[in-house]
Amino acid sequence: MIIQILLVLFAAFVLLKISFKFLQKKINLREFILWLFFWVIVIVIVILPNITTYLADLVGIGRGSDLAVYLAVLLLFYLVFRVFVKLDNIDAQLTKVVRKEAIDEFESKIKD
Amino acid sequence: MLDNKIWVVIPAYNEAKNIESVLKELKTVTANILVVNDGSQDQTRQICRNLHVNCVSHKVNRGQGAALQTGNELALKLGAQIIVHFDADGQMQVADIEKMIEPIIKGQAEIVFGSRFLNNNSKIPWTKKYFILKPSRIFNWIFTGIYLTDSHCGFRALSKKAASQIKSTQDGMAHPTEILEQVKYFKLPYTEVPVTIRYNHYGQGFSGGIKILKNLILSRILK
Repeated sequence: MIIQILLVLFAAFVLLKISFKFLQKKINLREFILWLFFWVIVIVIVILPNITTYLADLVGIGRGSDLAVYLAVLLLFYLVFRVFVKLDNIDAQLTKVVRKEAIDEFESKIKD
Repeated sequence: MLDNKIWVVIPAYNEAKNIESVLKELKTVTANILVVNDGSQDQTRQICRNLHVNCVSHKVNRGQGAALQTGNELALKLGAQIIVHFDADGQMQVADIEKMIEPIIKGQAEIVFGSRFLNNNSKIPWTKKYFILKPSRIFNWIFTGIYLTDSHCGFRALSKKAASQIKSTQDGMAHPTEILEQVKYFKLPYTEVPVTIRYNHYGQGFSGGIKILKNLILSRILK
């Protein structure tokens, strides 16, 4: 099917990107293996979608593709949450820096 | 004239239109004015300079809560014994300041909240009164256990003790609730004083209220 070819091509493209990044030392070995693992699994599932049925049966979900969607949604929720936390921290840090700079500037002007 | 240990902190973001008359009026009662220019892109800072009013400037806009926290910290450094939070948009009456600080001077409270509901002088738009202010009181009560007649008036007086204990981390508009939380946490004696607010614009609308709620809930989850 066309969708399978497209997905495999996309995954292969991402794998290529990751490999380059690893070779350029932009990501470390751990990250490289993690992403390699992830995208290889994606390719396997795209080519042999029926193997997910086995996993789905194991956890009591009707179809393999349903399981994939559930897991994807969970993963996305988690990642969005992490971004929120990160953003919150950055916000707080930024305020601290802006405040310190503002007060320092005010005090240096008084001394002049 | 107010005692020179009393500082008036004014958070200002793009308030060039209104701030000049507010500052001129305030100058008749005190020299201790501290404007926190929160990254305004207009003439706010210039106006303060022209009027010889202290002005501390955030390089980028960080929100009203952040501005007030900066104002508190700096006012304490400048020797403030009492800090009054005042608005830059001309809603509040300079004459009310004395009433606000009175409970602190008398030692009856460490923090005083202005209330639009203890008298009927403020002409609050009725939609604002019933759909925004009343629900926000209830939210504050749920979040903090403190039930005030007015929740987000913004007119406040803090003793030195209250100002140094309360540390606002909510940069945006959720800080009034956060202040209540900390009042409760530090067991600070508080009271309310009736004030008159002139409405020249609507202020926080319903979507603003929702945003405040979102920030509060998020901060609960993230902590």
